[in-house]
Amino acid sequence: MMERREFLKKCILVVASASVPISALTLIDPKKVLAANPDIQWAFLVDTNKCVGCGFCVKACKVENDIPLEANVSRTWVERYVYTKDDKRYVDSPKAALNGYIDSRIDLGRGEFKEIDPKNVGKAFFVPKLCNHCSSPACTQVCPVGATYKTDDGVILVDQTWCIGCGYCIMACPYAARFFHPVKHVVDKCTFCYHRLSKGLDSACVNACPFGARKMGNIHDPDDPITKIIMNERVGVLKDEFGTKPQAFYIGLAQEVR
Amino acid sequence: MKSHVWRPLYVVIAFVVALLVFRFFYVPDDFGSGKRGFMYSYHRKSNEMEWKNQPAKYGTSGRERMHEFCSACHGAVVKVRTEKLHGIIPCEDCHGPVMNHPDKPEKLAIDRSRELCLRCHTDLPYTTSERHRIPGINPKTHNTGVECVKCHNPHNPSLEGMK
Repeated sequence: MMERREFLKKCILVVASASVPISALTLIDPKKVLAANPDIQWAFLVDTNKCVGCGFCVKACKVENDIPLEANVSRTWVERYVYTKDDKRYVDSPKAALNGYIDSRIDLGRGEFKEIDPKNVGKAFFVPKLCNHCSSPACTQVCPVGATYKTDDGVILVDQTWCIGCGYCIMACPYAARFFHPVKHVVDKCTFCYHRLSKGLDSACVNACPFGARKMGNIHDPDDPITKIIMNERVGVLKDEFGTKPQAFYIGLAQEVR
Repeated sequence: MKSHVWRPLYVVIAFVVALLVFRFFYVPDDFGSGKRGFMYSYHRKSNEMEWKNQPAKYGTSGRERMHEFCSACHGAVVKVRTEKLHGIIPCEDCHGPVMNHPDKPEKLAIDRSRELCLRCHTDLPYTTSERHRIPGINPKTHNTGVECVKCHNPHNPSLEGMK
């Protein structure tokens, strides 16, 4: 006859030993594990200090991905921020900066333009934007039919044959990175040029930038030069407070850039 | 047992069964969740390959590799043209996407428009931006209506080398 105390002791021992898997008792070399399952997580790095607003990235993106050039939608765009010395702030992005910034006037929309006295310009800069390919994306959660999803290597795609065009994801995205494709009549968005990545090429916008303001890398590879910059330098993300964990990192962000 | 509840319930059950049968045939077999679970990656698996298999248009990747790529046929020309200031601009930005060019070497659609140059060379009074380092002109007063390449050499843009 087993004593009650003895019985409980043995029970605890059995439960405790059963809950430790054998794999936990072997030493794991992270590098070997990584080599066996190459773990890719694509991340984007924008250096806003280098951008001059030429818009070659937007043109290359639209040509590469068959987005109608004249339609007022784009997978990537460049914003211009102008702060005046009397503390007014202006932002514009005419035609998503497809043709660059060839006018010093600010496009206020509805055909109105604002000329700013050059002596009154305090600081001004350009910020390229695109889908942030968030780690906890809002857009994939709201899709009612399972047409948009995050791949295992961290890219958010839209299944355009399955999309019903309801537009929930367009509303859910805090970054306005999604739009309704005027020809296909389904949702379209930046794919990090998934077809180019899988062929070993850079995305069209990275490829087109003459100044190196746009870069892309594997954030799970500690030796990747882009990962090193993200780990070691002062980078920021857009709208951190939304909790979507964006994977597009920005060097030289200003508070007004959202 | 006779009850007024049963008849509408049969209708509901029939509707649910019909829906499940329709779903069984309509939803593709490879629908499922990736390693990120139902919330982030419930999708049709074959769609990933469909995206991967899209054809690329811009061929080369990175400035050095691009110069290498173009050098295969246009070696000497590329070498001269990438030494000067504009060597940082990828060939494809002005000469157009290259992907089908080696197989079908008809002339690429070269963009020689004034607007192309103005993307960088419009004078904007932004002293804090990198844009300020690039020489700029006022497009409304600087030789309006004339293409820039009539006077300037885009491959050797220094003003001494003007045509």
